[in-house]
Amino acid sequence: MSKKGVYGSKIKKATQMLFYKRHQKPGIKGWELHKSLGSDYPKVLDLLDDYLKPLDLQVKTIFEEEKTPEKPTVEELDKARFYVALRGDLATKDRLMGWRIDDLAGLAITISYIISKKGQAPRKDVEKLLIEKMPNWKIGLNIERYIRYGYLAQDDNGLMFLDWRTRAEVDQKALITMILSSDLQKAEAAEPVEEKEKEEELQEQGESD
Amino acid sequence: MQATKHQKTLGKEKLERIIEMCIAIENHTAEPFTLNIDEIIKIVKEYFPHWQDLEELKLDAEVLHHLASVIKIQSEWVKQRSTLLYTDPFLLEEKILQTGKQEMVSIFLKAWNPLIEFEQISINTLAQGLLYWEALAPINERWKEFEPAVVSNSFASREELIKQRVLSDVEFSSELTHYWEELKNCVAKKGVEGKIHYWDFIGAETYEETVQRAFLASFLVTYGYATLEIDRLEEEVFIEPFDQPRTELLTQQSISVPIAVSCEDWQKWKRGELD
Repeated sequence: MSKKGVYGSKIKKATQMLFYKRHQKPGIKGWELHKSLGSDYPKVLDLLDDYLKPLDLQVKTIFEEEKTPEKPTVEELDKARFYVALRGDLATKDRLMGWRIDDLAGLAITISYIISKKGQAPRKDVEKLLIEKMPNWKIGLNIERYIRYGYLAQDDNGLMFLDWRTRAEVDQKALITMILSSDLQKAEAAEPVEEKEKEEELQEQGESD
Repeated sequence: MQATKHQKTLGKEKLERIIEMCIAIENHTAEPFTLNIDEIIKIVKEYFPHWQDLEELKLDAEVLHHLASVIKIQSEWVKQRSTLLYTDPFLLEEKILQTGKQEMVSIFLKAWNPLIEFEQISINTLAQGLLYWEALAPINERWKEFEPAVVSNSFASREELIKQRVLSDVEFSSELTHYWEELKNCVAKKGVEGKIHYWDFIGAETYEETVQRAFLASFLVTYGYATLEIDRLEEEVFIEPFDQPRTELLTQQSISVPIAVSCEDWQKWKRGELD
């Protein structure tokens, strides 16, 4: 088989491995790709990333350590996790990806607050912050949902941390910079969450559980 | 000479204060830059020629060790502040509170790249499932059925209860009475003034038996069959049986007297070394 053909077949295989859920968490570990595609899997992923670019998608690498190494070694890549995520160059991001605006705003606030507290904050402080703009009954439900999805984690002492999904999906630097540089404006007249929304929310909760 | 001694004392005090300050910074109870490293180094250099003893040199080394830790903390502080991720939490909190819900979401969407994950069945996976199903042994072959043992209900006999150590082979009250009689006989034979040395009564051939006798002796005292007489000066304990059980003692406020019956004491008693 020609070199082009070999890479073409490896790209197909990598696409299947990255797109389809193989474990409880999405994405795939580097060592699995190494085993399946061979030692040149980083090159295969680069090629796949080029293919995905026009579709506004990207291959994202999340290293074990919080800091991304400049020139990662094969060992570091093997331990890393690879995902396919939205690239964000196109206007498609105006959509909320199926999230309610309240829930997404709550997630944004929680994540940025935890970042500002050097990566950890007591749950009661987060709740106190959310109560400013979210109905009380919804706060606990939402925090539990953020934890379940992998955006946040909580330890036995009630301290909240950013979990794997935030590291994979959120550009933390960009988020904080944008919040700080946003024009101060009085909180918009947030539409009160109606009772019917509450019912829908509980129903949704039941379905997801 | 006197001046040098004074210099040394002053130097030691200064170094100890520096160490205290460094520890406060290490424990995050003081800001890292409250300590001027250059000034401290000057002080350390100034007093270094005075140090001769091992203790003095150790103090000097300790200061340097803590200074190194403080420099590390200062460097981390600078790094953290210089990154874009550092923001004043109060400022950010204010911003969050003042930013509208819609605006917050639009900011978040710019920094958010949600993952793609598909959960979809294919013909291949279905075929794999079918193959697996065909190869799978029936459940009754994989999980052997265990017939539950038939258990019949019946009354437990006294012998069974003794065997299970629920009951003693001798009824407790009769055992206690028997033991009381034994105490009275013992006192009559070996006792002095109607009482006997506690260890002379409870002591037996084996340690286990001694503990058992001490246990019963405690009940003799509790139920009014006997009393203890403690000579605190000589540290001796005597046990004195009553002619008749004194039930009125049961209604009075009693006190607990702990008496250790250790194996070591028992061995001493056996050798006749226990006073």
